[in-house]
Amino acid sequence: MALALQQLINGLTLGAVYGLIAIGYTMVYGIIGMINFAHGDIYMVSAFIAVTVFTLLATFSISSIPLSLLLVLLVAVLFTSVYGWTVERIAYRPLRGSTRLAPLISAIGMSIFLQNMVQLTQGARVKPIAPVLVGGIDLLTIDGFTVRLAYSQILIVFVTIALMAGFTWLITQTSFGRQQRSCEQDRTMTALLGINVDRTISLTFMLGAALAAVAGVMVTVYYGVVDFFIGFVAGIKAFTAAVLGGIGSLPGAMLGGLLIGLIEAFWAAYLSAEYKDVATFSILILVLMFRPSGLLGRPEVEKV
Amino acid sequence: MNKHILAAGFSLLSLAATNVYADLLVAIAGPMTGQYASAGDQIRKGAEMAIADINAKGGVLGQKLKLEIGDDACDPKQAVSVANTMVNKKIVFMHGHWCSSSTIPASDVYNEAQIPMATVSTNPQVTERGLKNIFRIMGRDDQQGLIAGSFLAEHFKGKKIAVVDDKSAYGKGLADEIAKAMEAKGVRPALRESITAGEKDYSGLVSKLKSAGVEVIAFGGYHTEVALILRQAQQAGLKLMVMGGDTMTNSELVTAAGPAADNVLFTFAPDPRKSPAAAGVVKKFRDAKVEPEGYVMYAYAAMQLFAEAATKAKSTKYQDMEKALREGSFDTVIGKLSFDAKGDNKLPGFMVYQWKGGQYDYVKK
Repeated sequence: MALALQQLINGLTLGAVYGLIAIGYTMVYGIIGMINFAHGDIYMVSAFIAVTVFTLLATFSISSIPLSLLLVLLVAVLFTSVYGWTVERIAYRPLRGSTRLAPLISAIGMSIFLQNMVQLTQGARVKPIAPVLVGGIDLLTIDGFTVRLAYSQILIVFVTIALMAGFTWLITQTSFGRQQRSCEQDRTMTALLGINVDRTISLTFMLGAALAAVAGVMVTVYYGVVDFFIGFVAGIKAFTAAVLGGIGSLPGAMLGGLLIGLIEAFWAAYLSAEYKDVATFSILILVLMFRPSGLLGRPEVEKV
Repeated sequence: MNKHILAAGFSLLSLAATNVYADLLVAIAGPMTGQYASAGDQIRKGAEMAIADINAKGGVLGQKLKLEIGDDACDPKQAVSVANTMVNKKIVFMHGHWCSSSTIPASDVYNEAQIPMATVSTNPQVTERGLKNIFRIMGRDDQQGLIAGSFLAEHFKGKKIAVVDDKSAYGKGLADEIAKAMEAKGVRPALRESITAGEKDYSGLVSKLKSAGVEVIAFGGYHTEVALILRQAQQAGLKLMVMGGDTMTNSELVTAAGPAADNVLFTFAPDPRKSPAAAGVVKKFRDAKVEPEGYVMYAYAAMQLFAEAATKAKSTKYQDMEKALREGSFDTVIGKLSFDAKGDNKLPGFMVYQWKGGQYDYVKK
């Protein structure tokens, strides 16, 4: 019982991070129909920016936790959005209108480029930071097992909820949200109506990168260690989350992320950590067999 | 027209270049990129220094050594393609690879091309396949596991010990050997688990250990995972001791795990930095701002081994080299190296170390 509660907490935290990254995949897919494989590496870059800023703040001896967290978030979101914009501008925009495969390959190339760039400039060694948020609340003890809710976990869950709420508002209520949704439906028609499609796509990439940046900062606070390779695994898991939830659907991405986080947490605790990923991907296959467009995805209607 | 002259000029130049610098190509291969790139970095630094020193003394058989670097990222498939590239470049000696899972498939390629190799990979299978070209300058996992397992059984009596591995050839091999040695001493592992290397979240494993009341884990795998497990155990309020293998020598463990690294015990060959014969080389590394930890000295020793063997054989031909390596004994910075019929090192095996405040030292019995 205590173990289940602990794993529920761990799984939700992990799932929230996957969900935040998954939104970047799903938004880009929704708007231009490509999988941005460099997204995981954008997240990795943001984690490095977070480490750099944390280290800088430490040298200026700014020790207030809320202030430093806020600063780090701000800087990371800012710089990472610029990365998101640049990647789109360099690697994807010139290929718009070519075959579907071209931007996909370009994305894989961008992913390798970002990884190697960080490895060469930052070194291959892992970058640790001193623990930022230490400790937690001991919820209850059953049979000698103490369920602990770490402060960093509370932070991750709350930030994710706040971001999701803000995001839903942005997409459903604002004029940018309307522009984005209309680009999703028909890019030519949107352009005819006087909306700058390229700008909307660029902004979408920046928003996706900003969410990945938040995830990167959260992971840095939670695990305290980053290296240039973290984008790969996180990217694959988040991509899976996006597909599981229904690629193109924002709530779907979050749901997929949470599901994968929970499956991993419970499988690792009750069955074997060894087959954790096998379980995750088997469930993905099962879901796709019965619901090919994912849990919350709408099937694409082919108009003749 | 001009282009043709230029082209002809360049080809002449390149011809001239190959004729004048008939260097001996020696190679290293290992994870220069990927998540274990810091080990590749150690190997490269050690080999570069050794080659500079050997060349400063006039090279080998009157020829200068030139280093080729192969990057396998600890991926067995990439390791084979690195091996093929190296064979095409006509290297005369290979130090590598690093991950056992890379060394095993790559060694078949070198064997076929008749290139002698010295490796630090510890999986028993590396030398158990009857290949004549492979020489191991490190101990074996079965020796390492025996020492680690008996140490755990003797020093942590009555505590619950879990055995965890990362599913790699090295990690699983070592974990199996530790479990075997523990059972031979009458201690049953409380849990046997595997994790996926390269992930960041091991909270599932930590919760499981916590609910089973485990206080000590024997870990077969690499330092990056140990650091994360320790940090997450601390966050979950679990005090954990870890017994690992030779990969825990990496000081990255300390930067990543913080003070929790003091809970890490590991087995490694006797520290070459402590030997008086190596003092000069150790100083040279430190002057160059390289701490000769982990595999740095082993890479240096591998190059010394090649230089001495080639000098003894008076040739770099495979048959002569193999004979010289098999029969001779060589003075290197890691001690006197000589090999048995399988190619295993005759040096005494492993010691138990513990990290303390960023340094590792022998555990006092």
